[in-house]
Amino acid sequence: MTSNNNTACLDEAKRVAIFGGTHGNEMSGVTLVNLWMKNGSEIQRKQVKTKAFITNPKAVEKCTRYVDTDLNRAFTPENLSAPGGHDLPYEVQRAQEINKMFGPKGSPEAYDVIFDLHNTTSNMGCTLILENSKDHFNLQMMNYIKKAITPASCLVLLNEHPLLKYSTSRSVAKHPVGLEVGPQPQGVLRSNIFEAMRDILKHALDFIELFNEGIEFPPCKVEVFRLLERVDYPRDANGNIIAMVHPNLQDGDWEPLNPGDPMFQTFDGNTIPYQGFGTVYPTFINEAAYYEKQQAFVTTRRETLVASAIRKA
Amino acid sequence: MEGVSFPPLSRFAVCCGTHGNEMTGVYMYRHLQKQKVENITVTTILSNPRAVDACKRYIDIDLNRCFTNALLCTAITDSSPYELRRAQEIDAEVGPKGSDEAVDLLCDLHNTTSNMGLCVMYNSSDCVAMHIFKHLKSKITSVPVRAICSDEPISEGYALDSVGKHGLSLEVGPQPNGVVRADNFNVITEAFNHIIEWLQQFNSGATFEGGVEDVYKMTEKVDYPRDLNTNEITAAVHPQLQDNDFKLLRTGDPIFLSFDGETLRHKGRELYPFFVNECAYYEKKVAFILGEKVTVAFPSISVTKN
Repeated sequence: MTSNNNTACLDEAKRVAIFGGTHGNEMSGVTLVNLWMKNGSEIQRKQVKTKAFITNPKAVEKCTRYVDTDLNRAFTPENLSAPGGHDLPYEVQRAQEINKMFGPKGSPEAYDVIFDLHNTTSNMGCTLILENSKDHFNLQMMNYIKKAITPASCLVLLNEHPLLKYSTSRSVAKHPVGLEVGPQPQGVLRSNIFEAMRDILKHALDFIELFNEGIEFPPCKVEVFRLLERVDYPRDANGNIIAMVHPNLQDGDWEPLNPGDPMFQTFDGNTIPYQGFGTVYPTFINEAAYYEKQQAFVTTRRETLVASAIRKA
Repeated sequence: MEGVSFPPLSRFAVCCGTHGNEMTGVYMYRHLQKQKVENITVTTILSNPRAVDACKRYIDIDLNRCFTNALLCTAITDSSPYELRRAQEIDAEVGPKGSDEAVDLLCDLHNTTSNMGLCVMYNSSDCVAMHIFKHLKSKITSVPVRAICSDEPISEGYALDSVGKHGLSLEVGPQPNGVVRADNFNVITEAFNHIIEWLQQFNSGATFEGGVEDVYKMTEKVDYPRDLNTNEITAAVHPQLQDNDFKLLRTGDPIFLSFDGETLRHKGRELYPFFVNECAYYEKKVAFILGEKVTVAFPSISVTKN
């Protein structure tokens, strides 16, 4: 328990993992992790043991998001303790294996930091995903990364919403970090996206090394986008989509969406406007994998979080 | 060049979802059911319904390679690939390929992850397709409109668009698999309307003047650099080539950036790249295609007077 005046003394972050292929068709993470499993020198730091790991090898082999069920939703308490062994869906078995290797989730033995690498078809640029607004270690790391890559930008999406939060593969760790880079089609490897993700990880590992060496990071402010709600496509009585993301909203991730702005366009060419109460910042606009999750985009609001000073205990 | 004439073109088939994850066509299929068209019989086909349901390119084999004469008369057994059976069903419905019963014009809708705008793909001997390309190019201004022509004999065509008496494919991108972008959908809607308008004018007796147009013709396919032992790719399409489809590639221009930071350069002659970083071509071992820009002359065209 710390206040803004105190420095939070946190455990050394000795055990770090980088997950790729949690979705088997998101190619930046698959490629980076395969590279680092062959030759991990790029991700080694003096004070950190970093393990690169393919979380969903069967999905990677088929170049598909998942085989039975979405691995990045599978780390629920029910799944992690489910009996049934090989009768369980493939990804639930994988979740249990990963929880054993890198967890157990919630225990002192769990890995300190896990970076989970993802791509999106949305025009989100580089996005760091935070699951807990009080994780000062993660906040400080994200602040460090943002400063290190300037003038390039990296935004922070905070998903702490009680209903929209989900049980990610990275949630096994004490400090879970999602890294989402787009736009990139599934199954495609774009050089600029690949190199951007690689660069962010380099700075993240630098931060961890500095922290483990005993550097104290002073308090800082971090701008985040807090997830508010999920917006589905308009559908007919049979559940079929009857409109597409409007051309004005398409690719407009992180740009303000005001009441009255075009939001969807029907196949006949009519515009359906956004009718919320105030300005929101949409993201995950037109992500391929979310059609089946009933999500055209999510709304967020801008917030500034304050991270307390931190140093190694 | 002497003009050519054809009988009326009144039967038009639009094929959608030939690749089940190319979503412009999939959504056009439903949209087209509601369109009323005068004087032209429009048949819409959902080419690969199982692949559409699964939102995959194909179930067993690529449907758009199943339309050779040989494959269309291969005996179907229980162990035949799904797409082989589907190809023969489609051929029965809008063909048979090469016969008098085949539809007058067949248009197959596709998407690509490459930055190709609108591409009209057809056999260079097909005057009707050539004129439709010219018409679309003059009417559509929101995206570049280009032609990719194939010189192979029509009898050797393996694609679905070879089934009609006249045929073409409309390829629009960039669009990720599984995503429908409104801008691309609007381009195809517009293209459909212009094609109908052209057919109606043609059938009413209009003469469309011949001329010359620049078209692209494939000369070679370029694979990714690969590891000699594992066959895994070792480089990505270079950022300076990425998204620069149809921009002239000169000798010495960068084409790949390897994972260890090395730039690989184009060694051949000046050519035009397209299908740069198309998702479906990784498994076909193609990073991009190179082609020449060729100026072709074509005759005027009109409907045969009785």
